[in-house]
Amino acid sequence: MVDLIWLVIALPLLGAVGLLFLGKRIGEPNSGRIATLLVIASFFIALIAALPAFGGDFEGENIFLFEWLPSLGVNFSLLWDPLSAMMTLVVTGVGALIHIYGTGYMDGDSRYPRFFTYLNLFIASMLILVLGDSFATMFVGWELVGLSSYLLISFWFEKPSAAAAGKKAFVVNRIGDFGFLIALMIIFATFGSLSYDTVFGNADKLQVGGATVTAITLLLLVGAVGKSAQLPLYVWLPDAMEGPTPVSALIHAATMVTAGVYMIARSASLFSIAPVSSGVVATVGALTALFAAIIAIGQRDIKRVLAYSTISQLGYMFMAVGATAYVAGVFHLLTHAFFKALLFLGAGAVIHGMHGEQDMWKMGGLRKKMPIAFGTMVVAWLAISGIPPFAGFWSKDEILAITYGKGGAWVALWAVGLVTAALTAFYMSRLMFLTFWGEPRWDDGIEPHESPRSMTLPLVVLAVFAAGAGLINTPFRPSLEHFLEPAFAFIKVAHAPEGITPWVLAGVSVLVALGGIAVAYRRYVTRTLPVEEGERWDLVENGFGVDDLYGRTIVLPGKAVAESAAFTVDAKGVDGLVNGVGGAVKRLADAATVLQTGQVRSYGTTMFLGAVAVIAWLLIRGGAF
Amino acid sequence: MTMSDLAVTAGWYMALAALLFSIGAIGLLTRRNALVMFMSIELMLNSVNLTFVAVGKELRTLEGQIATLFVMVVAAAEVTIGLAIIVAVFRRRATASVDELSEMKG
Repeated sequence: MVDLIWLVIALPLLGAVGLLFLGKRIGEPNSGRIATLLVIASFFIALIAALPAFGGDFEGENIFLFEWLPSLGVNFSLLWDPLSAMMTLVVTGVGALIHIYGTGYMDGDSRYPRFFTYLNLFIASMLILVLGDSFATMFVGWELVGLSSYLLISFWFEKPSAAAAGKKAFVVNRIGDFGFLIALMIIFATFGSLSYDTVFGNADKLQVGGATVTAITLLLLVGAVGKSAQLPLYVWLPDAMEGPTPVSALIHAATMVTAGVYMIARSASLFSIAPVSSGVVATVGALTALFAAIIAIGQRDIKRVLAYSTISQLGYMFMAVGATAYVAGVFHLLTHAFFKALLFLGAGAVIHGMHGEQDMWKMGGLRKKMPIAFGTMVVAWLAISGIPPFAGFWSKDEILAITYGKGGAWVALWAVGLVTAALTAFYMSRLMFLTFWGEPRWDDGIEPHESPRSMTLPLVVLAVFAAGAGLINTPFRPSLEHFLEPAFAFIKVAHAPEGITPWVLAGVSVLVALGGIAVAYRRYVTRTLPVEEGERWDLVENGFGVDDLYGRTIVLPGKAVAESAAFTVDAKGVDGLVNGVGGAVKRLADAATVLQTGQVRSYGTTMFLGAVAVIAWLLIRGGAF
Repeated sequence: MTMSDLAVTAGWYMALAALLFSIGAIGLLTRRNALVMFMSIELMLNSVNLTFVAVGKELRTLEGQIATLFVMVVAAAEVTIGLAIIVAVFRRRATASVDELSEMKG
């Protein structure tokens, strides 16, 4: 079955190409069904191929597909190892559920087949990213997911805000991709190849903490920061919520944005010998986690809360991989994929049931109207808040415990993580209380209703995983750690401290989370809403004006440069040069037309005089005179 | 009776050829009628022929006469085409004056 793993990529790719040309003819709802079935088939192929891996020591293997770029030492081949297998299962599994959800959510949309074309394209691209066995393949997938993300964010391009959001996401990601590309060049210059085997196999020959490995890893981090929406390149993700909600769930929460975490975990051989870069990764992660959590508190739009929450949770993952706790980072990636996808899909169900309303101040009391959306979202809420035994508790606390256990300056990062945990519990509770508790604050004429079966089914399945996924890697039974061990063999990784410490830390973070929930309860349930929140909240809601700051300091000068390039350098300089050459030739020709009199006899005279001159010259040269 | 008996040397032929050539050239440059200009050209060509033959005889080679034959062939072809053009222009414009055919003026 491992030899057939290419089918996992080929099926959604086939769906994307097929629906691109035949989508309109197939129409609704069959195009959605075909796309969904292809992704489900992919999931099961991946599952069967991964079965031997669950048994025990699984080293991974390369599957050669075709010769691609021999000069870069790269073939197009796939790497099927524990890490890529886990990512593949998450992408296809969550992807399949979101496809199912999409068939209900996009019901009646004028570009329904096109939506599934893009969605299938995204799945194929993401799988190329995680399954490739070289940085070159990863880069191809990296760019392709960027493209699918752009297409899907601006899916409703009739809305100027959606078109602008797609553009913003693309441009901001270019900045990160630039760093990634330079990192690839240095890797090639250093190792003479881009394939993982060569690069990671020879990584130990580099000087630990040396300039080369630090430069490579820092530039890789630039790429990861762009794709995973970390400080300072996070600004595109909140705007990406302009896309349809299934897209937000799949691409901008569960899968694509975790590519940066995957890339760092994959390059663990390099990052683990670059302590400075790892420290930067962890610091960026911790600061992002805190900063985004603060902004999430002030949001009124239910999807924007979740967007900032995603940025914040990705910060946790960066903290983990920065602390060389790669398993913990990937574990949080896994649990986050479940509960955040669930939160987004739940929010989508609420928005769907509220006829497109996204402002939480205009919701309230939806508990009884949407029991399934409510019940499943409660699970996700407890999971992300870190309440045991739900998934988020196990993964988040492993990260916090490992960070604390490293001692020194890392304790400060742990403290930041702990504060973030409290804020997370608070803003998620705020979201839940404003949406589902209290008195209805709906606009007139809105009658909230539960969503169709195709939308509630994925909610229930994801709720099961959001509740239980943490159990695959508990301190009692670290199955995931054991499963992923071969992927990080020979790499020095951080482990959670032994003894009583992790339990004390876990107790503290649970208390902090409960505190956050309690504060939110007092503020949003026991008081009559709406609460007047004041100016300071507006500042938070605007994300501390970072967008304005970027607009003033980067976008405006950039536009000025572009405008001067277009209207001065190009219009006057380049065009002036070209037109000048043309004008000069024309003036020369105008001067020469005087000779062209149209009089045959004047031509004759010229010829005659010319002949006389030539003969005279010949005679003089011949010495006749 | 041979040519040499008349004691006409190559110099005389050259002088006659130069005279004919000059008449032809002046005719070509001063007349406006295309037909007359053609006749002038023929005169010039024949003066050249005369030179070829005379010099060929003086040097006792055949090249002069061969060149003459070539010139006659080319001249015949040229006249054929030239006359055809003149007739065509005359039919269209009812004139053969080259001064009135100056559309190619730059």
